[in-house]
Amino acid sequence: MRMDRAEITKLVWAVIAIAVAATLPWVASSYYLTIGVTIAMFTVLATSWAIFSGPTHYISLATAAFYGVGTYTTGILIEVMPYWSILIIAGLIGAVGAALVGLATLRLSGVYFVIFTLGLAEFVRQVLTWVQNLTGQKGIYVLTSITEADIYWQLLALAALVWLAGWLIGRSRLGFALRIIGDDEEVARHSGINTALAKVMLFMLPGAAAAITGAILAPRFVYIEPAIAFSPMLSFQVVIMALLGGTGRLWGPLVGVIPFTFLWEAISSSFPNQTTLMLGIGFLLIVYLLPRGFVGLIHDIRHRSAGGKLAEA
Amino acid sequence: MQTPVLSLRGATKRFGGLVAVNALDFDVHENQVLGLIGPNGSGKSTTLNLISGALPATSGEILLRDTDITHLPPQKIARRGVARTFQLVRLLPSMSVLENVMAGTAFGHRRKWGRSAESHARKMLERVGMGRKLHLSVGQLTYIDTKRVELARVLAGDPKILLLDEWLAGLNPTELEEGIALIHSLRDEGRTIVLVEHVMDAIRSLCDTCVVMASGTKIAEGTPEAVLSDREVIRAYLGDDDA
Repeated sequence: MRMDRAEITKLVWAVIAIAVAATLPWVASSYYLTIGVTIAMFTVLATSWAIFSGPTHYISLATAAFYGVGTYTTGILIEVMPYWSILIIAGLIGAVGAALVGLATLRLSGVYFVIFTLGLAEFVRQVLTWVQNLTGQKGIYVLTSITEADIYWQLLALAALVWLAGWLIGRSRLGFALRIIGDDEEVARHSGINTALAKVMLFMLPGAAAAITGAILAPRFVYIEPAIAFSPMLSFQVVIMALLGGTGRLWGPLVGVIPFTFLWEAISSSFPNQTTLMLGIGFLLIVYLLPRGFVGLIHDIRHRSAGGKLAEA
Repeated sequence: MQTPVLSLRGATKRFGGLVAVNALDFDVHENQVLGLIGPNGSGKSTTLNLISGALPATSGEILLRDTDITHLPPQKIARRGVARTFQLVRLLPSMSVLENVMAGTAFGHRRKWGRSAESHARKMLERVGMGRKLHLSVGQLTYIDTKRVELARVLAGDPKILLLDEWLAGLNPTELEEGIALIHSLRDEGRTIVLVEHVMDAIRSLCDTCVVMASGTKIAEGTPEAVLSDREVIRAYLGDDDA
């Protein structure tokens, strides 16, 4: 593998930015730490979502399903296993689950995939509810000594891992294959790419990342039940944030997550009963006004300021 | 006689009630250029789609050096060294010319990655006369240049058998001459070529054998001179009055 100077500079900046972000629990009030956790959580979810959906153009609404499975993994195992091993198990369950879902659906094209992934969260939720009704158990208590700061650091570390994975994939044959698939699947197949396998492999990343995120956040809920763990709203929020930021660059979703989190805070405190409506309007505005997200906007501004010189090049 | 590189045995493709390719038989020998000709809608492109795996055959067999490839998916056929261009040129719109060609290098018959993939892709682009346009985006290319880039992408995987679907269509006389010379040179380096073509000059100067199709069926096979003077072929192209 070779790295040029520009990439090393980027890497150094990324490390510095993560280090600065890691100091948040020492400097921020508990309110801002809570917002920090939300931002870190959505950064992991939206970035891993974009790594798959950006190049392939498959819109996955399965985030809530994997997230909920991760939450329940912690809920069920916390009394019997060491905490760190639960995160690994959640990641494996998420990856294997995503592979199975991928094998079943990624041969299908766009719209079938969207509907299937949306139904998946609801399906898992209904199964859990049914099991709970059978056993007579309502929810699960997750009682730990894990603090908000611990959760924040774990999510930040996970975000760093997701970025690293995305960066490595972007440089790999797999990443290149996915860009080709996104451009023209027919050409991809005729160039020798096993398109189904490539998509399934990549889909395992958001699956694992969402499951681990759910597992990390379970202690924060204290009490988990299917309606909390498998909220379909989560899947839509992730899609909106990733699209707002833009999926063309690895840092794109982050640029969407930060403003959206603050906006969401404002919306849910000012219009607590109209959040879904606001989410819908926000989605429409983004798709109409910023089809390529902030990444596209930044790209256009840069090119415009560079003037006619670049316009012709 | 040596065994053929590619053989179709009763290859058939049905779309509902329509038989697009009807029990087609032909052999392509090593280092030969075979022309697949016939009026519009006679099933030539469908035949290429059957060979490349873009469409599954309804019945019959397609053999690549005695191995059955009839039911393989396109990526496996490509990896065995059969590569194609498309009738309507298909490039990768979000990528540069160089990246388009690297797509063929990275996953094709002979795979390369990283620097060697890049230098190989550059060589292929020089080969088709695009050496100076590596960093253009696909949208900036002229029609002939898009065809060149597509051919370079196909060549980048070093295929043994090339399937060219009307690669020479729509070129002006100078470009046509260059195109014919290019295909000649591909054959000279030992590749086997199946081309679907309407340009008669190209057929006469390039093809060793022609298979003529009409309504999905083979109506003639032989050298270009022989088939182009065949009464049946003339009837298929021009109608009964001229035959």
